[in-house]
Amino acid sequence: MVSETKVQKSLFVSILNFSYFWQLLKHNDLFIMRTSKLGLDFGKVEEAKRISGKIAGEVQQFVDGYTTVAVERTLCRLLCVDGVDINDVPLPNIVVDQIHEKGLLGEGVLFFLGNAIIETGLNPQQIAEKIAKKQLNISELHINNIKDIRFAVEPYIKSTIQKIKNNVETRNNLLKQLGEGSRPYIYVIVATGNIYEDVVQAQAAARQGADIIAVIRTTGQSLLDYVPYGATTEGFGGTYATQENFRIMREALDEVGKEVGRYIRLCNYCSGLCMPEIAAMGAFERLDVMLNDALYGILFRDINPQRTIIDQYFSRIINGYAGVIINTGEDNYLTTADAFEQAHTVLASDLINEQLALLAGMPEEQMGLGHAFEMNPDMDNGFLYELAQAQMTREIFPKAPLKYMPPTKFMTGNIFRGHIQDALFNEISIWTGQGIQLLGMITEAVHTPFMSDRYLAIENAKYIFNNLKNIGDEVEFKQNGIIRQRAQKVLDDALSLVKQIEEEGLFNALEKGLFAETKRSKTGGKGLSGVVSKSDNYFNPFIELMKGGKK
Amino acid sequence: MSGGLYSMDKRDFDKTLDLKKVKPYGDTMNDGKVQLSFTLPVPCNDEAIEAAKQLLKKMGLENPQVVYYKELTKGFTFFNCYGSCKHTVDFSTIYVPKVESTKMDMKETDEFIKENIGRKVVVIGASTGTDAHTVGIDAIMNMKGYAGHYGIERYEMFEALNMGAQVSNEDFIAKAIELKADALLVSQTVTQKDVHIKNLTELVEMLEAEGLRDKVLLICGGPRISHELAKELGYDAGFSMNSYADDVASYIAQEMNRRINIK
Repeated sequence: MVSETKVQKSLFVSILNFSYFWQLLKHNDLFIMRTSKLGLDFGKVEEAKRISGKIAGEVQQFVDGYTTVAVERTLCRLLCVDGVDINDVPLPNIVVDQIHEKGLLGEGVLFFLGNAIIETGLNPQQIAEKIAKKQLNISELHINNIKDIRFAVEPYIKSTIQKIKNNVETRNNLLKQLGEGSRPYIYVIVATGNIYEDVVQAQAAARQGADIIAVIRTTGQSLLDYVPYGATTEGFGGTYATQENFRIMREALDEVGKEVGRYIRLCNYCSGLCMPEIAAMGAFERLDVMLNDALYGILFRDINPQRTIIDQYFSRIINGYAGVIINTGEDNYLTTADAFEQAHTVLASDLINEQLALLAGMPEEQMGLGHAFEMNPDMDNGFLYELAQAQMTREIFPKAPLKYMPPTKFMTGNIFRGHIQDALFNEISIWTGQGIQLLGMITEAVHTPFMSDRYLAIENAKYIFNNLKNIGDEVEFKQNGIIRQRAQKVLDDALSLVKQIEEEGLFNALEKGLFAETKRSKTGGKGLSGVVSKSDNYFNPFIELMKGGKK
Repeated sequence: MSGGLYSMDKRDFDKTLDLKKVKPYGDTMNDGKVQLSFTLPVPCNDEAIEAAKQLLKKMGLENPQVVYYKELTKGFTFFNCYGSCKHTVDFSTIYVPKVESTKMDMKETDEFIKENIGRKVVVIGASTGTDAHTVGIDAIMNMKGYAGHYGIERYEMFEALNMGAQVSNEDFIAKAIELKADALLVSQTVTQKDVHIKNLTELVEMLEAEGLRDKVLLICGGPRISHELAKELGYDAGFSMNSYADDVASYIAQEMNRRINIK
């Protein structure tokens, strides 16, 4: 009897220990949930991830052989080349274009800049200014030994790496000092076109409870093959992404963050033809979140697939190193394709985006993989299907701060019903533990949000997040019920889709329109002329320095 | 909160509907009740509430009530208000130009085209200019359509091409010439600072310069577009929210028939 009590006692202690351990792990976000509330077969999840890894690996083999004008301009920026010439052309464009016109960009801009540093004794910015004044052609200088060239750029590279590292530290310190909002982070957009007006709106939103402020870019910026310069006060449906605008908003959010006692994250759009440049600018100005999808530009902006795939790689390396949470744009698939029928394409794309991001050295904790609440409100049990899919995404990517997108396609201008659609969306988010909640606005489909729209949206979200706080821990889903069956079906369909993509290869899959029902040819779209294969002298030390994640 | 929640006030106004003097309806004919919300750029205090009421009066709203207010951020106060509108409109004399066609479903439209036009009708569509939104043009054109209304691509008697978003007016016209398009559909979703007006006008001017304007049916659509506005800008028709492929397809078929056969 004595021994039995002992056993019971020690069992009790070990249960206590276990539960303590479990709490600890859970609290530290280290605990990876491998039991499924949906009865998902994690063997299938692993298989889908393995196949997606192969798809991404094949893409990466292609990427490694090429560079683009955007990547090279990014390297100029990382060497602190900034500013514009008298015609408002950014200096990074001037430097890169001069080399590209000679057909020599395959050697890489660092090769020519390093060589020019040796030859002229000037720094990269001074060299760029001379080029802008047509006083220098860096492709026509005497070429030095490659070792010396690499050595010449090294101090600039080191100082940039240090600068970005410092920004990461500053963010971490502020997070420690001020704390942050609980998840899901409340994410709202500002889009006045005027950065100074954006500041007023953003600070107001932070005071009302927003955790992330995204400054929507002006319509059409994604198709500019340069990044505009300086503070801007005019835009259509959004505000230009410029480094100065980033700086102004960063300062404003730090200010309001101190006031409200919460670190307020800043988000912008690392997409379009200047993907990696925006990443570099964001790293310099301590942005925290970036829309940064591997396929979005291809599908929705008709940017050349090769260009985007190469650009996304370097942009994600920078974002990964800078501690930026990326958001992928799968939600957009559902604005063109049907949210019920095409749900598996969202999951397949999330799987591929995850693998591509891993290859760029991005930690899972920074992958805000996207999905959305976009089913037709007239559909029976739409809420159950949305719930199933959100829970499924949560379980398949347990560490990712998933970005959940609100209804847009079926927002009608009936703001009263819209408020309820947004409420249902908020319910699912708190229920399934989403990471980033892009709040729906009642005036979606009417105009860019008023200050009051944002207030109403935040009030709606907070009310629901409070009232349903632990619903996810309390409610289980019925065996063989609608919700479990739905999630299992979407996973099955996604698995067969990634198998099909693996057979085809990603580029062919895009040509066949497997995503968002949109067909994109490998040689079509905008920006192909900016793709160049790397030559013998090409070097980009940032890839290794940043990818190692040695922060 | 203001009084009047359960107002015991006598309602001593004429409660019969007069179409010459129509005003808003809350729960009693001619009560004129209007609900509105807005933000004033002033701090939240008694003066702010009074300011909101005065503003309502200036808008022609009697018995203004501020039922909710809240400071959104320092210096900005949000209001929910009610009031009774004193203005009326003469409904009996209103004339709104409309797209004049009978709405037919997909089958009927296909049959109509077979009988009256006798060949496939070529339609191209795009969201033009810097507008990156394809929602509108996709809803009308894509096979799948929107809200149960099949898109024009699915019609047997239409040869449809959806060029997508951010199509320049030049490329759009070039494609129209290449495909000998019968009808051009332009979608405009982004309307900030009236960018859509500029863009739509430019297309008309370019088509006129090319001598193409009379050879095609030119149609625009979008949330902020009305048929009246479309006509004003030199388009044949304009479709606003709650229009579907059936509306557009029926119009194209019937208008082409009018132009070819009923002259």
